[in-house]
Amino acid sequence: MSHATTLAAPARRRAGDGGDRLFAGLCLGAGILVLLLLGAIILTLFLGGLPAFRAFGAEFLWSTAWSPVEGREKYGALVPIFGTVVSAVLAILVAVPLAFGVAFFLTELAPPWLRRPVGTAIELLAAIPSIIYGMWGLFVLVPLVQQYIQLTLGDALGAIPLVGFLFASNSFAGTSLFSAALVLAIMILPFIAATMRDVFGQVPAVYKESAYGLGCTRWEVMRGVVLPYTRVSVVGGIMLGLGRALGETMAVTFVIGNANRLPTSLFDPSTTIASIVAMEFPESLMGSLKQSSLLALGFLLFVISFIVLAISRLLLRSRLKG
Amino acid sequence: MSTTTLPALTPVKDAGVAASLGRRRKRLDALLRWFCIGATALALLFLASILLTLVLRGLEGLSWATFTREFQPTTYGDPEAPTGGLLHAIIGSLIQTAIATAVGTPIGLLVGTYLAEYARGSLLGNAVRFVSDVLLSAPSILIGLFIYQLVVLPMGGFSGIAGALALAIIVIPVVVRTTEDMLQLLPNTLREAVVGLGAPKWKMITLVAYRAALPGIVTGILLAVARIAGETAPLLLTSFGNSVLSTDLARSMASLPIAIYQQANSGFPDLIAIAWAGALIVTAGVLILNIVARFAVRSRS
Repeated sequence: MSHATTLAAPARRRAGDGGDRLFAGLCLGAGILVLLLLGAIILTLFLGGLPAFRAFGAEFLWSTAWSPVEGREKYGALVPIFGTVVSAVLAILVAVPLAFGVAFFLTELAPPWLRRPVGTAIELLAAIPSIIYGMWGLFVLVPLVQQYIQLTLGDALGAIPLVGFLFASNSFAGTSLFSAALVLAIMILPFIAATMRDVFGQVPAVYKESAYGLGCTRWEVMRGVVLPYTRVSVVGGIMLGLGRALGETMAVTFVIGNANRLPTSLFDPSTTIASIVAMEFPESLMGSLKQSSLLALGFLLFVISFIVLAISRLLLRSRLKG
Repeated sequence: MSTTTLPALTPVKDAGVAASLGRRRKRLDALLRWFCIGATALALLFLASILLTLVLRGLEGLSWATFTREFQPTTYGDPEAPTGGLLHAIIGSLIQTAIATAVGTPIGLLVGTYLAEYARGSLLGNAVRFVSDVLLSAPSILIGLFIYQLVVLPMGGFSGIAGALALAIIVIPVVVRTTEDMLQLLPNTLREAVVGLGAPKWKMITLVAYRAALPGIVTGILLAVARIAGETAPLLLTSFGNSVLSTDLARSMASLPIAIYQQANSGFPDLIAIAWAGALIVTAGVLILNIVARFAVRSRS
């Protein structure tokens, strides 16, 4: 920081002056390019979606229509938005406890020699491309869901009044909201676990030792010392996972069943914004109302995930400062 | 000097209550412990299941033809019919990944340099860092939509160059993150020593700082390549895929992830086997890049 100011002031007319200005300009230009890039993405998606917003108005947001019949074209965003939000939230519900368990294991329970290999393995889980998760989900996980989980849960819980309909479905393909949430949960687990592990590791040892010295058990230290200390960053890590889950495309496209109607059960097929764009955009006609509706959906997804990721950044920043 | 005793504050020692409380705390602690071990084992089980499936089913579909032939339609179980390969997809992936890395890396490097060397603490710097971090996790399919509007529509069709540009946008934030982190780790005394010798700042950065941060920067590039090698969604909307070998950047171009996607969803067992072979190739490449990148950093620290 200080070297920047001392450099600029006294150095007048030196051999490197021109090069300095050029290089600083290049760096600044690249930085501004990144800002412009984000602006351009938002703008192009919005402009592309404008014809759809114009044609359907605000109704686009809560209409469930998806009819490409010429002359009576009508598109609505409710089903993809619902599928996106529900699958991402379900994934978070599954992933957060597991990620917490992994992070706690890696910071407190595991013997030191085990920490690095297990930590690396969890990080490799994050490196596997999403299309591989999709294939694995379709060929390994979906049959398991179809044969074991759906029938068991449907029999056991389907009869419960009020909530039973969530588990009873007429679709037995296995590709469903439930499968999508499960695959998403596995995909975001390493991201959340890595963030949690890093912030747990930043709790000063003295705090934990004091609590242990009072005779606290590991769980009491976690609940009474570590979690309150890291609360903000943990929520930031969860939001980061949520942001990833909202925009995940290929893995979801493989296992969600891609049906454009409102699901009433966990085991009904559904669709998400990202997967409907991946499925229908390449085959839609250039400049058609359908293409515009898909761009409008993309714009909505961008707004949703931008908000979630921005919150995550703000929450995680305190960790970098503290 | 008499000491005041406060009998009300001394806890009543009831051996039974204390023991049962202690037992409950111990049980809760053990429960948590087993839950954490179980969660970790489950996560490792997922990894093992994915890798095992890939290796078993991938090796089944893998043959010499995978690397030497282009796409062929399904054989319908006819042993005489020629089986297809993934040559077109491998070449297409290499071309697009290479161009994307060549375009995205210098930009990411400059942005990282700007953040670490010029903009520490400034408002614009914070904004750039924030936007770059958001782009790092932004849904990649939206980058595909963006490039579709920007490149594919004006060009009138899907093209390899559009795919490469979409991937380049994904490269930038990955390189920015590692470059900035690595440059920030350098001690200020190093910078002061170079500048004290009379070197201009740009020479200090390019000749000394970059060299000192090189392993970290290389790691960033490797991670970026690993990230885009498996990207599917943006390519679906930009280079679209092609069933023959094409090196023409102005036309639609095949890529491994797209070839996997199309053949895995074809429903024909022989094409699905080729998709698994492709999946094995992609995952092996991505994981090897990740492990190499990890070692590049570790050997330094």
